[in-house]
Amino acid sequence: MTAKIIETNDTPFNRVDVDTVTVDIIENALKNVREEMDAVLFRTAMSPGIREQGDCFPMVANREGKMVVGQFGSFIHGFLAAYDDEIEEGDIILTNDPYMCNAAVSHLPDWIVLVPVFKDGRHLAWTAMFGHMSDNGGMVPGSIPIKAETIFQEGIRIPPTKLYKKGKIQQDILELILHNVRTSEWNRFDLNALVASCRTASKRCVEIAERFGDEIFDSTMQIMLERNLQAMTAIINMIVPEEPAYFEDYVCDDGVGKGPYKIACKMWREGTPDKPLAIFDFEGTDPQAESSINFYMNEEMFKMFFGSFTINLVDPQILFNDGFYDLVDVRIPQGSLLKPNFPAALSGRTHALGRIFDVMGGVLGQGAPDAMNAAGFSDSPHLFFSGYDKKGEWFQLFQIGFGGIPGRPIGDGPDGHSLWPGFTNVPNEFIEAYFPLRIVKYEPITDSGGAGLHRGGNGLSVAYEFLVDGQVALHDDRWLTYPWGVNGGEPGMRSTKKLVRFDGSEEWLPAKCEGVDVKEGDVLYFNTWGGGGWGDPFSRDPSLVEYDCLRGLVSSEGAKRYGVVLENGKVNEEETKNLRDKLKNERGDIDLFNFGGTIDEIKSSAREETHLEPPVSP
Amino acid sequence: MSYRLGVDVGGTFTDLLLVDDSNGETYTAKVPSTPEDSSIGVLDGINRICSQSDIDLSKVSQVMHGTTVATNAVLTGKGAKVGLITTKGYRQVLQVARSFCPGGLGGWVSYVKTPLLAPLELTIEADERMGADGQSVSPLDKDLFKKDLELLNSKNKIEALTICFINSYVNGQHEIEAKEIAKKVLGDIPISISSEVVPEMQEYERAETTVVNSYVRPQVSKYVTNLQNSLQDKMSDDVNLAILRSDGGLASGRAAAESPVNLLLSGPAGGVAGAMYFCKRSGFENILTFDMGGTSTDVALIQDGEARVRRETRVGDVTVRAPSVDVRTVGAGGGSIAFVPELTKALRVGPESAGAEPGPAAYKKGGDKATVCDANVVLGYLPSDVKLGGDMIIDRESSVKVVQELADAMGIDLMAAAEGIIKIVNESMLGALRLVSVEQGYDPRDFALVGFGGAGPLHANSLGILTGSWPVIIPPGPGVLCAYGDATTKVRDEASQTYVKKVEDIKLEDFITELEALKTRASVSFEKDGIDSTRQVVKYQADIRYTGQAFQLSLGISIDDLKKNSLSILTDEFDRQHEQLFTFAHGKDHEIVMLRAVVEAQNEEMADLDINTSNSSVDDAKIQDSQFYYEGKWHDAALFERNKIGVNSTIPGPSIIQEMDSTTVILPGHSATVDKIGNLLINPNK
Repeated sequence: MTAKIIETNDTPFNRVDVDTVTVDIIENALKNVREEMDAVLFRTAMSPGIREQGDCFPMVANREGKMVVGQFGSFIHGFLAAYDDEIEEGDIILTNDPYMCNAAVSHLPDWIVLVPVFKDGRHLAWTAMFGHMSDNGGMVPGSIPIKAETIFQEGIRIPPTKLYKKGKIQQDILELILHNVRTSEWNRFDLNALVASCRTASKRCVEIAERFGDEIFDSTMQIMLERNLQAMTAIINMIVPEEPAYFEDYVCDDGVGKGPYKIACKMWREGTPDKPLAIFDFEGTDPQAESSINFYMNEEMFKMFFGSFTINLVDPQILFNDGFYDLVDVRIPQGSLLKPNFPAALSGRTHALGRIFDVMGGVLGQGAPDAMNAAGFSDSPHLFFSGYDKKGEWFQLFQIGFGGIPGRPIGDGPDGHSLWPGFTNVPNEFIEAYFPLRIVKYEPITDSGGAGLHRGGNGLSVAYEFLVDGQVALHDDRWLTYPWGVNGGEPGMRSTKKLVRFDGSEEWLPAKCEGVDVKEGDVLYFNTWGGGGWGDPFSRDPSLVEYDCLRGLVSSEGAKRYGVVLENGKVNEEETKNLRDKLKNERGDIDLFNFGGTIDEIKSSAREETHLEPPVSP
Repeated sequence: MSYRLGVDVGGTFTDLLLVDDSNGETYTAKVPSTPEDSSIGVLDGINRICSQSDIDLSKVSQVMHGTTVATNAVLTGKGAKVGLITTKGYRQVLQVARSFCPGGLGGWVSYVKTPLLAPLELTIEADERMGADGQSVSPLDKDLFKKDLELLNSKNKIEALTICFINSYVNGQHEIEAKEIAKKVLGDIPISISSEVVPEMQEYERAETTVVNSYVRPQVSKYVTNLQNSLQDKMSDDVNLAILRSDGGLASGRAAAESPVNLLLSGPAGGVAGAMYFCKRSGFENILTFDMGGTSTDVALIQDGEARVRRETRVGDVTVRAPSVDVRTVGAGGGSIAFVPELTKALRVGPESAGAEPGPAAYKKGGDKATVCDANVVLGYLPSDVKLGGDMIIDRESSVKVVQELADAMGIDLMAAAEGIIKIVNESMLGALRLVSVEQGYDPRDFALVGFGGAGPLHANSLGILTGSWPVIIPPGPGVLCAYGDATTKVRDEASQTYVKKVEDIKLEDFITELEALKTRASVSFEKDGIDSTRQVVKYQADIRYTGQAFQLSLGISIDDLKKNSLSILTDEFDRQHEQLFTFAHGKDHEIVMLRAVVEAQNEEMADLDINTSNSSVDDAKIQDSQFYYEGKWHDAALFERNKIGVNSTIPGPSIIQEMDSTTVILPGHSATVDKIGNLLINPNK
């Protein structure tokens, strides 16, 4: 650690015994703190991205920077290692540069605020929060340029910087930063909101310490970390096999002609039952891209993804934290898509970040197929629309897309939903009131969810009619590779983008493109992908298929994917039985995964099926 | 001489309170609720209370009623078969539900969506489009709509219809046109249109709210009509039935049946109103209410004698845009189950509840899991050797057995486990109290804490210690407080309109015209119910925020102030409050998003309710000696009967005060005084 924390009171914190009930109470209180952080941010932020979509992540960490409450794991030790200066009471640190904080944030539009909490001159804890800013300057509106070759094209880089010094704001620095972004007022407000949120949390930490005692507060945080260690020890022994399991999945392309990019992961367990070690080795992952789709993955963040997916099994009320990190070893090859060399561009990292969840599901699920989900909406596709409105004022809209949640052991996947915690769509009436466009269709796509015993959720078709001339940028994936099905479930339908010009002419747009000119009256159909199916579709109760058809979620033709024959909307039992027998025969044995073909097969039929040229292997 | 009757229908009991308007004398009764048709229970209760008090039924002029009919229809999924008409392209607006999956990272893995209240097979699209500016983009295709609706109707028996078109909050013309056609096609079923029910921006929330209105409407309407008819049969043709709304105002039976979406929190609103009634009379205008029942606890903040109202109502998984008293609920109550997950060995309490069946182990009705109630029994807060009022048997041995199992799992002793359960459940209730106070910028130490509901008085003293809110007040009849609330509130209605204009672009005279138009709209139901304008009191509100922000405040305004000081009275106040809440203010870019007029009927003066208070000495009220366990040791605690404690008497802690439907614990170092209203005021000893 090179950062030096200045305490005016050097009394050390002693580890004290804390009775288990007190631990539970403080755990409860910290849970409330986290919820309050979210509440303060949502209510005070201004950009639709944070306000309506909840694109932000709070955290409380102990003195050493280990996350005790939060979602994405601690980035504080990474920051401390990289920050070479003193930190004092009243300081608030701001950064957005992945290369300066061990990828605590993974692209520049995510701004982190970090607050050291002091009580009576002693450093007590950390609070931190990051949020996605509407713009960060650079080549394109929204600051996620696909074609960027280095991070320098992606807008302003803020190294760890004191936004407040001993409680006093560094106004010059703030203005310098905001001067470089297109949406300076939104960012100013959102940043204020992040600070207010962390300050509230800091105040609450001090209050809890006052109520129970500083030593007890500090020791309890330690105990909470140990609880996670203990629980995760058991979980790792239970679900991570000693025999290696391997899985690979892909990001379809890089937006500049190459793809698909492989993400490979091998997982196995070493060590003893008392101290197991789960190893995730990403050897075999493709090299870094020349465009911005690189995802600089923080190892600890991956540990967090892994832990939060599994711990729910044993105690959903536990406050998930960093306590088990020593039990997991994550190995990522330098220079790969997941750990690119500086100054590789990083802004378009969302596809690889999302795909990590499918990879994790695939590699973990092989040991317990019944508990595994199909491939889902493992991305956060988005659209930018920018230009001048009829009054000549600049506007830029950022829209996140939603799609089909996969078929799951628990049941069908919801249609047109989000995999990301807390995310919601921006109401269309809000968009129409504030931006020059009209959303003429907002509807899940019939038959787009993969067939299965449990159906994959349908993808979403959103049709944007532009009311002024402007430019759009698209960021999507799974247009080439399929959201795979499991245990007999079929893959979901892939994504498409179609632009229908005012004169009636049509063109298929690539999944990743920017600077596309659109005219008043043009309509863009942004169609996301469906979730993969789970389990044997021929075992699905035909009456459920009938009901899906009645509701318009599956078509009469689509029902045949389940081997169900519908006549005037009603199941024809005899024909259904015949069709199912025939299809079962043709299918033969069920594979664990259904990828919809090999990469070569998928590429060779790409032109015909997707209207787009297949990319070249990287 | 006339009487008013407050009636609260709860899940288990129906509580009644009869008030003599001339002298404030009261009579109460408690009868079992009849969930299959709650009007039966209500009428049973009315018979009971009148025969007990020997009062002629025909003298009852007003029946004021808090009901859970609407709530239960939503919670049990037993509402009407609702058809929904949307704008073309938006048929699945409820299916997508803003794409939200609850829970943290990976929450989607276990998320199970509840069935839509207007199912997709009963949802059709209409070809029409309104622009965001209120100009029609394309007119309603009436012939096509009529044909589609006829087809839908021929296949399904729809019991209520909802129409919700995009941007209808700005201009509802297309919805009105569709409604006219639907009336002809469907005949005599209720039709709710979104531009009337809730003319507010956000298509999903508006559709859901209007659908919920349709969903509960036939049931509520039937219930209200039946009850009104039976009341008229039994009492007189002039008897007036009013229903308590979620926002704490009363609506006439007729108005309630038309907009039942406003009744979803009728029950909790009654409790808050009852607490306010007793506290105001004792001089407490700033209070935190704490209503702890079997499965959950409702808390609310009242400042200057007014409950905070928020623009959203939540029942189970359903959230609608309807005003309600800002009651926050936590899944922690007397029946909450405690457990110890094997791997973490942490002690967890709730949100699962043993409910009424099988209930806590102590009740010996088959409950075999430790609940909060069992912990209270083990610790001696709920004495097992005394029978008072109710017929409930409390068996300490059963409680000990289930709590011991938890203690063993954690490796601690029985009493520590029992105290642990209480402390943890108190902590989650503290979380709810903080949510309405600290997190809204209020210091709980500036408020008194009012505990009621079946279990509130047991925990109130402890929560007073945690919040620093003194005194802790236990109002008279803490178990029937809702009925008091019902009997003491005013008729209210409101009209609101999405506005969305930057303050700098607003012309003051247009603004005032808009407010006056809203007043006219809000008064419609008063005119229909024969409450003339001299008895109407109007209050105006504007919802204001910084442009684009989610947070907004409803600020009260008067037209006189506006004329004097223009809109800066709004913007200055907003900046002040924003700074208080969030430590910063922006000072510019204000936007008015919503205007509202709230009209209330002035009540005729009502004599103060007379609470039975005896003048007996403290010793007369003592039943026997007992013991309870607190902070690691046993304390001798006397047991008192509340009804016998005289005004101004002081009961020192540790002690337990019992009454028919509730038990109050006074902890060591505290004592309770009975004030002239009949409230128990608990304070720390000086």
